[in-house]
Amino acid sequence: MKKTWAAYPYIFWIIIFTIVPMGLLVYFSITVNTPNGTIISLDNFRRFTEPIYLKVLIRSLSLAAISTVCCLLLGYPAALFLSGRDLRRKNTLVLLMVLPMWMNFLLRTYAWLTLLERKGLINTLLGKIGIPPLNLLYNDFAVVLGMVYNFLPFMVLPIYSVLSKIDHSLIEAAEDLGADPLTTFLKVRFPLSLPGVMSGITMVFMPAVTTFVISRLLGGGQYTLIGNLIEQQFLTVGDWNFGSAISLMMMLIILIGMGFTSRYEKEQEGGGLW
Amino acid sequence: MKKRFFRVLLVVLCITVFAVGCGKKNQVELNVYNWGDYIDESVLQDFEKKYNIKVNYDTFTTNEDMYVKVKAGGSHYDILIPSDYMIKRMIDEDMLEKLDLSNIPNYKYIDSRFKNLEYDPNNEYSVPYMWGTVGILYNKKMVSEKPTSWKVLWDKKYAKQILMMDSQRDSIGITLKMLGYSLNSKNPDELEQAKQALIEQKSLVLAYVVDEVKDKMIAGEAALAVVWSGDAVYCIRENPDLDYVVPEEGSNYWFDAIVIPKGTQHKKEAELFINFLCETDIAYRNADYIGYASPHTEAVKKLPKEITSKRYAYPLEEDLTNSEIFVDLGSVLKEFDRIWTEVKSH
Amino acid sequence: MVKSFLKRGYLFLLFAFLYAPIIVLAFYSFNSSRSRGTWDGFSLKWYIQMFQDRQILTSLYYSLVIGIISSVVATIIGTMAAFGINNMKTLPRATVMNLTYLPVLNPDIVTGISFMLLFIFIRLKLGFITLLLSHITFNIPYVILSVLPRIKQLDKNMYEAALDLGATPAVAFRKVVLPEIMPGVITGLLLAFTLSLDDFVISFFNTGSGVSTLSITIYSMARRGINPKINALSTLMFGSILTLLITINLLMSRQKSSKERTS
Repeated sequence: MKKTWAAYPYIFWIIIFTIVPMGLLVYFSITVNTPNGTIISLDNFRRFTEPIYLKVLIRSLSLAAISTVCCLLLGYPAALFLSGRDLRRKNTLVLLMVLPMWMNFLLRTYAWLTLLERKGLINTLLGKIGIPPLNLLYNDFAVVLGMVYNFLPFMVLPIYSVLSKIDHSLIEAAEDLGADPLTTFLKVRFPLSLPGVMSGITMVFMPAVTTFVISRLLGGGQYTLIGNLIEQQFLTVGDWNFGSAISLMMMLIILIGMGFTSRYEKEQEGGGLW
Repeated sequence: MKKRFFRVLLVVLCITVFAVGCGKKNQVELNVYNWGDYIDESVLQDFEKKYNIKVNYDTFTTNEDMYVKVKAGGSHYDILIPSDYMIKRMIDEDMLEKLDLSNIPNYKYIDSRFKNLEYDPNNEYSVPYMWGTVGILYNKKMVSEKPTSWKVLWDKKYAKQILMMDSQRDSIGITLKMLGYSLNSKNPDELEQAKQALIEQKSLVLAYVVDEVKDKMIAGEAALAVVWSGDAVYCIRENPDLDYVVPEEGSNYWFDAIVIPKGTQHKKEAELFINFLCETDIAYRNADYIGYASPHTEAVKKLPKEITSKRYAYPLEEDLTNSEIFVDLGSVLKEFDRIWTEVKSH
Repeated sequence: MVKSFLKRGYLFLLFAFLYAPIIVLAFYSFNSSRSRGTWDGFSLKWYIQMFQDRQILTSLYYSLVIGIISSVVATIIGTMAAFGINNMKTLPRATVMNLTYLPVLNPDIVTGISFMLLFIFIRLKLGFITLLLSHITFNIPYVILSVLPRIKQLDKNMYEAALDLGATPAVAFRKVVLPEIMPGVITGLLLAFTLSLDDFVISFFNTGSGVSTLSITIYSMARRGINPKINALSTLMFGSILTLLITINLLMSRQKSSKERTS
């Protein structure tokens, strides 16, 4: 199917809406506003390598990584069960999974505050059965919980859509050849679902790195993440140059990381079943 | 069957897009930009009816968001309601129109205490809308004695019972006040001390919060919090165990005021709108809905005594002696940001 | 069967996790007090106030319109793009995919401000059209990411077989390829709609002239505290969609059983 032309409208769109803004970003990041006017300088990038900012970056990356892994661990089984043949009304269930996301994000996060507070609903319920109040809020647990809550459907949906159309004859063939369910899963289902897993990881990890509302509300604003930092540069400080530099650095780091995973993906394609 | 359904849907979509995209406009339209939930909606409808001018009402989250949008120039607002330091900055950057006060006769009702303030010394650009102070909201049942100083927020007795504002200027500002300096300080030594104090305090802080502070204090989740006076009024009403105090070192008192940005096509109508907001009945309705302190003398008279008599809602002159208004810090903002990042990354 | 029970149990717990905050929100929409800190008694006053609030209803309208149009357009463009990308050679494909990741990677504020600068540069007044364009733009990558894995899964031979049997490319596409990739397309559509509804930063910087989305209205209340009118609105929205779903399901199962009876 020689259908490359189908991508042309999109490519045209990209050029205007992705490349041009990127150009602006690059321009801002390599310039500095001095009293003598705007000069080209790599000072913004150098600033970012200061230990305090690196600390922010590492914290953001590790939180995002933990949240992505949790999403994967929780979401894969869900996608698996949802795509199972014996489940009726799959489509409705999938829709029901996405539905909570249609309530505004801020509202949902506030609701978690009510649930997790010291005198919140969960602790009140636990108190009724005699358990002392737990510290569920303003720590890493709460932040990861918030992130997983918010990004779980983004992990489940792509995996589900891939799993749901796996050729069942392959599964049957494996079973006929004597494989038990675990082997069938490891050697047939899981490898075939990898494209969906990759999509899911992409759609979760990337926004997770730059999100900051969750850490602000559920983490009690205890630490600055990359998202906070960038927002502060653009809005509070008005230093668009530094803000752009941070964004670019972060993008590069993630793109390099994704570069490794796509190489892994290509290997899978080669070793596929056809 | 399915096909026809989709075709009909497509047609409906197209009609919707067109209907929304190109509306016939033969009325004057006023574009107003304000904080969220910061006006009594019925006031806008009354204005529209009285003057046959349509009001397009947009809301912004913070002064900085608004500043970026207005500075970039893509949208054409006729009325803005920013805060004091942002107004000063916009005046300095020549972003505001001078007001013709002869078109705003109701200006006479604004309390003279609130005229000639630092951010607009000659009352050329702004008309005050709401005002208040920053102070400590505390739970009388959880605090052993009434706080008189900002230092109580550094008291180890209240570890993890303290809520600070997640706002650079407010938190660094009150720390400077605690140390005895100006909250607009640009002195590097003073700022360094403030940074150290905040880092010291971090282990005692339960959380750095924004508006959720109100619900938390009402629920009794913490003993002390830094809040705005308007919010304190609301909290105390919901939970009588709470009380509010402006510490003796002084604090920040703030104003939100109405301005007209440069480049407006409807200056006359904008001034009409400002004058309308300064009518006694309208100002009273706004103050009643919003719950913050109004600078309008006659509106204050109309409000129930149980609110206007409370010092924390309507501070007296002596309460404000050591208090300052925020000014634009210019390039020192970078320092503030660095300090804040360091405190938060600790 | 234990296995089936465990599966259903797991899904049930997951859904409970997903819906817990929603129930809390709905609960507080009936709270007489404005605060989440106390329960003052049952009241419908927020619902009444919500219907009188012109601002909230207008922003709901725009949120829905923008959401539907942008997700549909993004799905069409994105699906086409996914096909095109799938057929590209390695180098152009890698370039285009990396460019696709960029809007997803970028923090919202960067995307929002850069779009705004772009629109101002081409002298486009900020309003409905700019809002729509920005939403379509950030939706497309997610559609591509949803559809592409399904296209990769496709058995190329089926399409060829259809052509061999005499179908035109268009018919072959519609009857063979499209049903196979449908889960991906629907997923992409759902994700796009969800993202569009929930977006704040990009919408904020790219709209004007009184065109506001529900997100903007809600986030703007952040300084003052979110008015329970919003809780009421969200609960109603939720309730209506749930009712719609249940009704559709009941109708479908009735159709099914009547089909089974007649066949």
